[in-house]
Amino acid sequence: MELNEFLILSAFLFCTGIYGVLARRNGVLVLMSVELMLNAVNINLVAFSAFTKNVSGQVFALFVITIAAAEVGVGLAIVLLIYRNLHSPDLDEVDQLKG
Amino acid sequence: MLQNAWLVPSLPAAAFLVILLFGKRAGKSAAWWGITAVAASFVASCVAAVQWVQRVDDATGTSNGLAAFTKGVVTTNDVHHVVKPVTESVTWWQNGAVKFGVGTYVDGLTVLMLVVVTLVSLLVQIYSVAYMRGDRRFTWYFAALSLFTASMLTLVVAENTIQLLVGWELVGLCSFMLIGHWWEEPENSRAAIKAFLTTRTGDIGLMIGIIVLFFTVGSFGVGATNLYATGAGAHHDLLLAAAVCLMVGIIGKSGQFPLHTWLPDAMAGPTPVSALIHAATMVVAGVFLGARLYPVFFNGFSIASGGVNFMALIGGVTIVIGAVLAFVQHDIKKVLAYSTISQLGYMVMALGVGAWSAAVFHLFTHAFFKALLFLGAGSVSHSAGHTFDMREMGGLRKPMPITFWTFLIGSAALAGIFPLAGFWSKDEILVNAGANGFDAFLIVGLIGAFLTAAYMTRAVWLTFFGEFRGHGHPHESERLITGPLVVLGALSVGAGVINAAPLGLEKIKDWIEPTFAFPVVGHAAFDYPKAVLSVGIAVVAIGVAAYYWYRNAERPLLSGLTQRSPLARAGYRFLVNKYYLDDLYEKVIVGGIQGAVARATYWFDQHVIDGVVNGLGRGTTQLAHYTYDIVDQRLVDGAVNELAHEADQAGAELRRVQSGRVQRYALLLFGGVGILSLALFLTNTI
Repeated sequence: MELNEFLILSAFLFCTGIYGVLARRNGVLVLMSVELMLNAVNINLVAFSAFTKNVSGQVFALFVITIAAAEVGVGLAIVLLIYRNLHSPDLDEVDQLKG
Repeated sequence: MLQNAWLVPSLPAAAFLVILLFGKRAGKSAAWWGITAVAASFVASCVAAVQWVQRVDDATGTSNGLAAFTKGVVTTNDVHHVVKPVTESVTWWQNGAVKFGVGTYVDGLTVLMLVVVTLVSLLVQIYSVAYMRGDRRFTWYFAALSLFTASMLTLVVAENTIQLLVGWELVGLCSFMLIGHWWEEPENSRAAIKAFLTTRTGDIGLMIGIIVLFFTVGSFGVGATNLYATGAGAHHDLLLAAAVCLMVGIIGKSGQFPLHTWLPDAMAGPTPVSALIHAATMVVAGVFLGARLYPVFFNGFSIASGGVNFMALIGGVTIVIGAVLAFVQHDIKKVLAYSTISQLGYMVMALGVGAWSAAVFHLFTHAFFKALLFLGAGSVSHSAGHTFDMREMGGLRKPMPITFWTFLIGSAALAGIFPLAGFWSKDEILVNAGANGFDAFLIVGLIGAFLTAAYMTRAVWLTFFGEFRGHGHPHESERLITGPLVVLGALSVGAGVINAAPLGLEKIKDWIEPTFAFPVVGHAAFDYPKAVLSVGIAVVAIGVAAYYWYRNAERPLLSGLTQRSPLARAGYRFLVNKYYLDDLYEKVIVGGIQGAVARATYWFDQHVIDGVVNGLGRGTTQLAHYTYDIVDQRLVDGAVNELAHEADQAGAELRRVQSGRVQRYALLLFGGVGILSLALFLTNTI
């Protein structure tokens, strides 16, 4: 397997994530897109680790997974609160900090 | 105490500050702080006096000490011993090689003056507690009295002429404050200003005299000056110039003719102040100066050679002029004021005829009986309807026995009746004037004695005898007033014994007269015929005056003679107008200055100085307008406003970015990252 294949997959996943974060209106889907981006990074880390025979990349990937779990916990709680207050998971409704 | 004489003036000065700072809150008790301070000063002065006497006795090796004085034992010792004064000095400031010191110069004259000043001041302050009760500026009055005493004491202990001048001017300032104590009456503040300006006129002479002395002697020191003037190489002409200038100062301060006019007007002040001014502090400063720098006068005026000199002449003229004016006054205080002028004339004349110890002796006794007379007059006024006009008194002998008897004693002492204090001192002046070859002044002195006895008889008669002509119910004054009267009365009786020559007591000569840097002056022996003559003249005068006013008691005063004789009427008017001296000063001299000089100054003021000032002002205004319009309004304000406007615009643009939408922020974030990545890529590849 070539390294490039992994990187292309990763880039595709990352771009999908960015699109989701920017375009989706539902807060839950935005969170899921963020997960896609994180996992694209994980793929990168593991691929480089395997190809350069260096474990630290894999260790980083482990950390990222842990952090992602925590992030999803916090993020879902925020989305839940938004839904509770605004009766909608729509992020466009949340513009109280408008200048 | 002789080394620490600075304590004596310091205590009243401290009292002045304390009363000034805390007096308002303390109220009436503030008076007792001043009294305590001056009482402490008095004790210190007495200690100093005793120590000085011991110092003199140690030097002469005689047993003329206090013990001998009380027992009447006298041992004569003709050997001339020099007892140096005790001098303490610190450098106040230094200019090149010239040092200006401040310190104390303690000798017999100093301790005598210290005792007299503190004693009279103490009695006057005690008296004032009752006399000034309820006064609007009660505490301020006592503060000023303390400062007055402190200034006089500073003058007395002065070690150099500069310090003496400082004390001298302070005394003048305090007398100004106290004469004008009731300044709400324009007349009183006028009198205060007159006193201040008239004495200032004399002070210019004093200042010039001090400068002349400095360039003659090369030092401001009292001791150095006297040493120079008694030395062989003294420059006579310069000393004459200095003596004339100093004499002008004495004329101003001690109320000598022709600058005596402020003294009667100074009666506008409270009566205890008059007593203090006339007895111990203000006016005797001039005589003190004459006694302190006596060698300068002795050498400058060639007193040793007899004849007529400036000093004796001024004194002699003043004796007669003052005494004659006392006859036409209705105000009892003004009678006493002219009497003071006349008695100061005696002192100055005594200095002028070489009778130093007689002059100082007369200063000593006069302080007591003149203070007594003034305080007595105050007591009379206090209880007889607050007036000093003798036409509204009379018959006060019975309701006020203590005041009457003490006043009588004071008058008799002033008239020179044997054996009261005034007799001894006046007699000594007359005898010495005759013995030193000044026969003309002996006669002047005798005329003065006649006039003195007569006008005092008139005052006593009008005040205490006949029928009461005033309003209200006269009564004896309270103890705080009669107490000082009794003390001063006792002193007026007994103080003369200190130098009673026929009893063998000549303590002024033994203890007080300087032996260091002092000219050789003769001391005339007691002369019985002259003593009998002067007492006889006084008694005759009293008899004549008493007869005259007894006969005139029914009729208006002095009306008989002045209505019958035009000459007498002219003379009376001449006297009532005080020889027209006031008119001369105020209308001719002051008016002349007001006329020509004042007009010229006014023109200069209006046209030159005002023109310059107005031009400057106008220019400044123009410049200010220009600066306001161009620099302030346009430049500074414009810059500030422009900045604020720009900030406002930028804020309005930037606030659109703050949409509040999370995804817009995210887009910006990724866009930014994309741009940065592109930049990184481009910079790395190129």
